[in-house]
Amino acid sequence: MLSPAESEALLLSLRVSLVAIVWAFPFALAVALLLAHRNFPGKTLVEGVLTLPLVLPPVVMGYLLLLAFGTRGPLGAWLLHTLGIRFAFSWTGAALASGIITFPFQLRAIRLALEAIDRGLGDAAATLGARPLDRFVNITLPLALPGIVAGAITAFAASLGEFGAIITFVSNIPGETRTLPLAIYSALQAPGGEMVAARLSALSIVLALIGVGLAELAQRRARAMLGP
Amino acid sequence: MSVSVSISHAFERFAVEAAFEVREGGVTALFGPSGAGKTSIVNAIAGLLRPRKGQIAISGKPVLDTDAGLFVPPHARRVGYVFQDARLFPHMSVEDNLRFGWRRAPVRATAQDVDHLIGLLGLEALLGRKPSGLSGGEKGRVALGRALLSSPELLLLDEPLAALDAARKAEILPYLERLRDEARIPMLYVSHSLDEVTRLADTVILLKDGRIAARGSVFDLLGDLEFSAASGAPAYGAALDVTVSCQRVEDDLTVLAFAGGELVVGRLDRPIGTRLRVRVRAEDVMLAREEPRAISANNVLRTDVSAVHEGPGAQADVQLDCGGTKLVARITRASVARLALVPGVPVFAIVKSVTVDPRILPAPED
Repeated sequence: MLSPAESEALLLSLRVSLVAIVWAFPFALAVALLLAHRNFPGKTLVEGVLTLPLVLPPVVMGYLLLLAFGTRGPLGAWLLHTLGIRFAFSWTGAALASGIITFPFQLRAIRLALEAIDRGLGDAAATLGARPLDRFVNITLPLALPGIVAGAITAFAASLGEFGAIITFVSNIPGETRTLPLAIYSALQAPGGEMVAARLSALSIVLALIGVGLAELAQRRARAMLGP
Repeated sequence: MSVSVSISHAFERFAVEAAFEVREGGVTALFGPSGAGKTSIVNAIAGLLRPRKGQIAISGKPVLDTDAGLFVPPHARRVGYVFQDARLFPHMSVEDNLRFGWRRAPVRATAQDVDHLIGLLGLEALLGRKPSGLSGGEKGRVALGRALLSSPELLLLDEPLAALDAARKAEILPYLERLRDEARIPMLYVSHSLDEVTRLADTVILLKDGRIAARGSVFDLLGDLEFSAASGAPAYGAALDVTVSCQRVEDDLTVLAFAGGELVVGRLDRPIGTRLRVRVRAEDVMLAREEPRAISANNVLRTDVSAVHEGPGAQADVQLDCGGTKLVARITRASVARLALVPGVPVFAIVKSVTVDPRILPAPED
């Protein structure tokens, strides 16, 4: 059905997006907890900086990542020498870029879910003998779970469409960094590639629809959890 | 088991300054108008609020001592708390809610005790349900059970009935009474309802503007003019601790004995010897200097005037001592003058049987 190059792009896209969501999640959860439950000086500024990936042109994001995480960039050089992790021209770089760009989606969904939880429930759990970690695991997390899942699915879907940051940061290497959008772009650049572009676009639409469906399913599950 | 509390805490708009002790068994009511600091005090006892200054000890163990820098967090205090809004965990079944505190209790109630409590609160049919499907009254009962199953050394109840309509209140009150009589856990009951206090409390602490304005047994305080003046409670009357002494079956009447006399009321289906609480409203008591004869009222009690409070307007309240039991009569100032009522004057208090508050309430078993 799909040519080897096409399925390669599809699988790469799924892998990049999955890794992007997973690595960004703990950071999003930690920052969401901080923003939902604590007030500190400069909070508004922090909130603003954290939404930057959403409003900055992706190409600019890619360029900034190249400066920081390129092999000669300060963070990139350090990671390469101490941990052996290389981002430049690698699919891991694509995952890094996607995770950062979709970070605000996860953060926002988790934060809203946390803020919607009645703080009184934690107090009630405390008077029933639950320690702080116990309260977090058994009250806060399960109640925030629908928001967490919805945020992850939205971020995953958005990540599948990332183009500008990836092509700027890690280039367009078949099998390494050529995700679906990059493959569509490349097909259109090549003579006679219209058919490939159309097929890959249809695939992208199907993926988006699946994402929307999953998000809806997660919401229903959540309602059922709180239902009678 | 007892609790001793002494706190002072300044909030943005007002300060709480209170010291009191709750002794073993029974219900102590923290009574007062909204904003008097009642909830702040129970939150401090539970550890949900950290007073700026104070000492709190539960069963002799200090849980707060600001001078010594001691603050035991709420999860280690073993204080059960029934919140006004129930605060059931929405993602758990009723049974999981009930077992939440039970699982974490250092000393767990036995399976029999758990079943007994579930039966006592009438929760058997609800165990598999989620809180969102419960009525307000059912939620209240689950919250009560959940708090009790954590084996607390003290139970705090913060207006557990305030959010409920009259029918739901009537549904929960009997459960609270049974708990008071069976559970043997000291309870601190926050309320601004004199009705609830009269029904449930043994001891009343009146809180006003963050300070304790009066305290004493519910029978002493309700018949006390100083208390009613301080509480600003609109309609009040004396609460009487009575025992069913005789059933006049042919007349459909019941005779209730109390320290200082007897009260004949409409028939009550209770065995002889049952201890009850009745409320005699001040408006329902008439006074006479001479013993009235050929009068329809069944109750003519010999009393002495112990205090007179005049005003506002045409009203005057007369506090009566009936062989050690306090009664209050609300009459006009003109009548006070005409009958020359001053403390020490003997007077007959006339109470119509039909006016005695029909909500006759079981008293705690001693």
